[in-house]
Parts: sequence; structure tokens; C-alpha cells
Amino acid sequence: MVAVSSTDAFVVFDHVQKSYDGTSLVVKDLNLAIGKGEFLTMLGPSGSGKTTCLMMLAGFETATNGEITLDGRPINQVPPHKRGIGMVFQNYALFPHMTVGENLSFPLEVRGMGKSDREAKVKRALDMVQMYAFINRRPSQLSGGQQQRIALARALVFDPKLVLMDEPLGALDKQLREHMQFEIKHLHESLGITVVYVTHDQGEALTMSDRVAVFNDGRIQQLAPPSDLYERPDNSFVAGFIGENNKLHGTLEDVSGGRATVRLTTGELIDATAVNVSTKGQSTLVSIRPERVEYKPELLPAGAHTIDAEVLEFIYMGDMFRTRLRVAGSDDFVIKSRNTLGQRMLAPGEKIKIGWAPQDARALDPQ
Amino acid sequence: MSQITTNGDLTTSDGRPLKAALAAAQFRAKRRAFFLVAPLLLFIIVSFILPIGQMLHRSVFHDGFAANAPDVKAWFAVNPDGTAPDEAAYAALAQDFKAMKADKTAGIAGTRVNYTLPETRSLITATARVADDLAPPYKDAFLALNPKWGDAAVWQAMRSASSAYTADFYLISTDRERAADGTIQKVPENTRIYIYLFVKTFLLSAVITVICFFLAFPVAHLLATLPTARANLMMILVLLPFWTSLLVRTTSWIVLLQGQGVVNDVLIALGIVGDDGRLKMMYNQAGTIIVMTHVLLPFMILPLYSVMKTIPPSYARAARSLGATSWTTFRRIYLPQTLPGIGAGALLVFILAVGYYITPALVGGADGQLISNFIDFHMDKSNWSLAAALSAMLLGGVLVLYWLYDRLVGIDNLKLG
Ligand SMILES: Nc1ncnc2c1ncn2[C@@H]1O[C@H](COP(=O)(O)OP(=O)(O)OP(=O)(O)O)[C@@H](O)[C@H]1O
Ligand SMILES: [Mg+2]
Repeated sequence: MVAVSSTDAFVVFDHVQKSYDGTSLVVKDLNLAIGKGEFLTMLGPSGSGKTTCLMMLAGFETATNGEITLDGRPINQVPPHKRGIGMVFQNYALFPHMTVGENLSFPLEVRGMGKSDREAKVKRALDMVQMYAFINRRPSQLSGGQQQRIALARALVFDPKLVLMDEPLGALDKQLREHMQFEIKHLHESLGITVVYVTHDQGEALTMSDRVAVFNDGRIQQLAPPSDLYERPDNSFVAGFIGENNKLHGTLEDVSGGRATVRLTTGELIDATAVNVSTKGQSTLVSIRPERVEYKPELLPAGAHTIDAEVLEFIYMGDMFRTRLRVAGSDDFVIKSRNTLGQRMLAPGEKIKIGWAPQDARALDPQ
Repeated sequence: MSQITTNGDLTTSDGRPLKAALAAAQFRAKRRAFFLVAPLLLFIIVSFILPIGQMLHRSVFHDGFAANAPDVKAWFAVNPDGTAPDEAAYAALAQDFKAMKADKTAGIAGTRVNYTLPETRSLITATARVADDLAPPYKDAFLALNPKWGDAAVWQAMRSASSAYTADFYLISTDRERAADGTIQKVPENTRIYIYLFVKTFLLSAVITVICFFLAFPVAHLLATLPTARANLMMILVLLPFWTSLLVRTTSWIVLLQGQGVVNDVLIALGIVGDDGRLKMMYNQAGTIIVMTHVLLPFMILPLYSVMKTIPPSYARAARSLGATSWTTFRRIYLPQTLPGIGAGALLVFILAVGYYITPALVGGADGQLISNFIDFHMDKSNWSLAAALSAMLLGGVLVLYWLYDRLVGIDNLKLG
């Protein structure tokens, strides 16, 4: 799913601001349109306002300013229980005094649904997460992953159009988390629901989402599909936050047609793509992904600048090699190469030349 | 490494049976645990279990007559129940009265018989006073002294008192007595007090518990949800009463609530009641309820608070997001989770209220007195056995409630902190 215009969007945040204490804004100016059936992830460091946004959408916090609409209807004045939004909490929030079946039955009961309908829906929802056998257990008798599934089933059992998930997998171990990521994604696709998902695990965000909104400091820094986010970060925060990247400081020597030549602080010249810098002499931060750096002489891009480097450390990682270099006076330049047949292992102390295709190096704001 | 021997038992690597090794290891841990709790255990035995045992013993034991009238006791022993007292019996009695006069023990002996048959104490003390003048034939001498000595009921009472162990105090505590023929019957209506007092005590305690619950619940909820700094301040306010002497607090209530008190003056100044319509809120049941509710309120707030503190707000949020109104959320999600706190608080307040003594004594007037005030009264009068029997019944009542609570709610559902 690509950009959604705010007219056919399902959820719209329109100039939403939020302050808890009246002195500082936690959400500064949020504009976001989420399409029907979209899987949108809010990703960002701790304290960046993700949960706050979700709580405003669910109705547990009120927006200090601005408007949130759901399916074309402004919902600022609608109480939480009338919004019909399913929600999965980080700690699951399964009611401890009820069995699994009663937990799932609860949203149907408060909607006044008859007993037989309820039982059918509960069964369907539990089957969906393969947990029907546990219908009579209490939440405390379930493992973390099982509780997670029940929480998911409970959020889905009353057929909400929109489901919010606040770090739902945060408490699970890596393997289970990956498995649940797959299941949530699968449910999203088969049910056609809209999901707003909060995480600060970027791997999770990249693998699951249609689009990711990167939050920092109460603002969306970039809203884009995962591949764009990784390959074409808009600013240095996103470049630094998503994946590993090498940073080189310098000034713009020349800009023409999006192509920039940057003089590093140590004097070398390198090639890059100008992203949000444009004037000559402006200082910039060039960001390059470790796996896009080339060092074999025959593969260095023709016509582009190369730069001297010294190998400091070589780490064998199985499928990958990870090499730390000294480049332009800094000791933390990293390159990654795949362990393919004939790939050379670099030795510490070795002097090499490295280079990259200009479109892989992005000249960003120096921040 | 453990190995499996031929008979299937696990052994440790050096060949000892696993069970024995485990028991040995656990024995050391248990012994250490025992030494750690030993001082407390000793303290509880000396200050709690022994006194309660002694109280229970006293409630069925009174040797005031048995120890001081050995001869009559011997006569009762050889003559079965229902035998009319013969000359030998009167002779034994005269012997005992002479000894009582010499030892000055007629009072205590009379007291004991009096428990079983009222108005016999004076008979016994008066007779003992002139015991030295008694001469054979004793039966005639006694009857001449007081015709009551021929009364079968008196002899029945002495027979019953000649045994040091007796259930008479429990009979008295339940407004019952022994008839002359030994059957148990209710005392005359106008002298029945204890059953009424027990019922009143339990009812008032229940009322106080309910009021405490309704007052404490919102406060505890507020405490549990306020930001820490303000919650701490409020907690201090809740605990403030504990830092003031009970007497001071009770006196302040008297100042506020008495006929000429602040509350009445304000009501009159506002024209709500006339000067002749001053509310009676002190020295009656109302006074007992108001002041005891105030005194016991923290015991409800604290357990409730400690339970509510552990209920994360996400449960309520989850319920709301699932479509429940705030009332449904409260009733179906929040309230059931506070049950352990409600149970603990209610049990605590109720048990404290049932045994409360000083507040009713100070502000209860005549009809605000509880059973503990009567226990105190009998202790003052050295009626130890009767006080003990009343206390034992109170203890029994509380234990029954405790058992009921366990059956209905489950003791493991109790949370005090
Ligand atoms: N109820 C509240 N009262 C006051 N400030 C709050 C409240 N909730 C959150 N904040 C503040 O708002 C900011 C954003 O919080 P929020 O919970 O939205 O962050 P987040 O992005 O979800 O972080 P995390 O990844 O750690 O969950 C934080 O600085 C936080 O301290
Ligand atoms: Mg959060």
C-alpha cells in the first residue's frame, strides 16, 4: 500500500497535538492517514509518543488539539467503548478472574449477544489462534505466548474493523516473537482488518508492515514502506535508527542533479546522493549501509571516488563477514560481505581502497 | 549425577538414595527456619496460646465450692443424683461450714453455688457465719436456721457445684439455667440478656463493617490511582488517626456529637432542627456506630488499597476497548479483582468490632454497650469463669464466621498487604 489520501483513509490524524502537563508537547503535530486494510507500524525510541498516539485513537487520552477521524467520523467525543476498536496490550491484560472462554465472551456479552452466537464466535476466534483446547483455563495457567494468542483472539472476536497493538510481542523470546509476527501478519491478511501496531523493534516493523511511521520526539520523521525506509531514509535520524549505517561528516563540494560530491573533514572526496541538503559549502552527514560498501578492486564503481581504509578487525559471523575499518580518521566504519565462494577474508592491518555507488550514499542533514 | 538402581529408586552419585539425601538437605533448611521463627513462636505461646487456653479452662472450671466443701462432695459421690439429703448429708455440710468459717472461704463457695442457683450466696454466707452453733441433729438445725436448706433445688445446685468442672457458665452465657430436676430451661424473659447482647454485638459489627466498606472503597481507589506524591499525602491523612490517642479521638467525637455539641449547634444555627429537637448522636447505638466506624476505617482502607494498587489500569482499559461501559467495567472487572481486599478488610474490621470495648464504654450509653463491655464488667467483679465463658463464645462465633468465610470466599483469597 502506498500513500493514502486523507479522503479515502480509514483513520486520519489531523494536526493532532498532545500535552500531558501543559508545558511540553508529547505529540507535536501528527498528520497521518491510514488506509483501510493497511498494516501500519509506529516505530520509534522510548518516549517518542507512540503509545500516546495509540491511546488517543483508542479513546483513553484526549487530543489536546486537532482531530482524529475513524471511518470518516470525528471521534474526539466518542467514549472508548463505543469506538469498536480492538486492542492488544503489551501485558495482555487478560482478566485474571475469568477463564479464557469468559475473557473472549466478555466483549460479546456487553454487546448483548445471545449465548449460542457467543459460543460460536468464541470457538471461531480460538480456533483462529489454535487455542480452543485451552478454553477453560485461567490466564495464569498459560504461558506468555499462549496468553498473547488469547489476547489477540479477544481483540478480534467482536469483529472490529481496526485493531491496535501496543508492543504485543515485547515480552516474548526471540523465536516465539518471530513465530507470532508471522501469525499476526497472516491474520491481518486473511481477515482484512486494519492494524496499527506499535513497536520499538525495527526488525518487527520492517517484516510486518505495509508502511512504517518512524517517530521521534513527538513527530513522524518518515512514513514509508519498509524498503524505502531502509534504502532511502529521509533524514539522518531515520538513517541512524533503521539498521546499521556508517556516518561520514563533511561539507558539500558540489551538487548537481541530485548528485553530490562531499569533502570529508579529513580532506578526501566522496560521491553521494543529495537528500535534504542542497547548497554548496553546507555541512552534511553521509550515510552508507555496511553491505553496500565495496572493497574488491574489480568491483569498485567506475568513475566514482574511492577512499583509503585500514582493516582494524575482522569478525567471522557464519553467513557474513563483518569488518571494522579506519576510514577518514574514524574507527567505527563497518562493512559487511556475504560468505560466498572465494570471498576474501581481510586481515587486520591490511590497507585497502573502498568505494560505493553514489545512489547508496545519502547526504543528509548533519543533525 | 543420579542413577537408577535395580529397584527403580534414584540415588545420588555417591550411592545414597535420592529421597534420603533430599530429606537430609531439607532437614537442615527446616531446622534453620525453625530457629528463625523460634523467638516469635515462644512469644506467641507465652502471650497468646497459653492465656487463651487458660481462659477456656476457666470457662469450665470453678472449684470455689468443690475445694471448700470436701465432705458434702464425698456424700454426693456415694449418693446418686436424686437421693434426698439424709442426716449424714447435713452432718457433712455442717462439717464443711465450720471449716469455711475458719478459712473465711464461705464467700467464694457461695459465689460458685450462686452461679447455678441465684440467691444462694447469702444463704451460704449467712449459715457459715453461725456454723459454730450448729449441733446434731444437723438436719433440724439447718432447717431451723433457714427452711431453704430443705429445698431440693438448693441441694441440686450444691451437687452441681461440687464438681469443679461445669458447663454452668455456658448455660448462663446463653440465658439458660438448671431446673430443680436438673433439666435445662431458659431463664425468665426479663433476665435474658446475653443472647440479645451477642446478637446486638454481631449486628452492630456488621453494620459498622458495611459502612466502613462504603466509605473506604472510594478512598482506597483514589489512593491507588493518584500520582505517588499526592497518594502519599493522602495516606498520611488516612493514617493520622493512628497517631492520635484513641481517648483523644473519642473525646473529640463527644465534643462534636453530644446534645450540646458542635454538630447540633450548627444544625440549630442553620435552622434545620429546633432547639428542642437536638439530635441524639452520643451515648447510644448511633454514637457507638459513628465512632467505631471512624476508628476502624483505616483497617478497611489499607487492605483494599494494597489490593487495588496491584490492579493495573490496563484491565479497565481493556474492558472499555472491548465495549464495556464504565459501570460494567467496574462491576465485572474491577470489583471482582478487589474481592481479596474486601474480604480481608471486612474480616479485619468485623473481628475488631466484635471485640471492641473502649469506644462503646465511652460513647455507647446504655443501649450502645456490646458484649465485651459485659465481659469487662464480670472481670471487674472477679467473675472470671463467666467472663471466660462469654469470651469463649465470642471466640467461637468469630471462628465460625472465619470458617464460613473460608467456605464462601476461601482464605487463600485473603490479602492483607
Ligand atoms: N500519563 C502520562 N502523564 C504524563 N506524561 C506522560 C504520560 N504518559 C506518557 N507520558 C510522557 O509522554 C511521552 C511519550 O510517552 P509514550 O508512552 O507515548 O512513549 P512511547 O513512544 O510509547 O514509549 P515506549 O516505547 O517506551 O513505550 C513520554 O515522555 C512520557 O513520559
Ligand atoms: Mg509505549
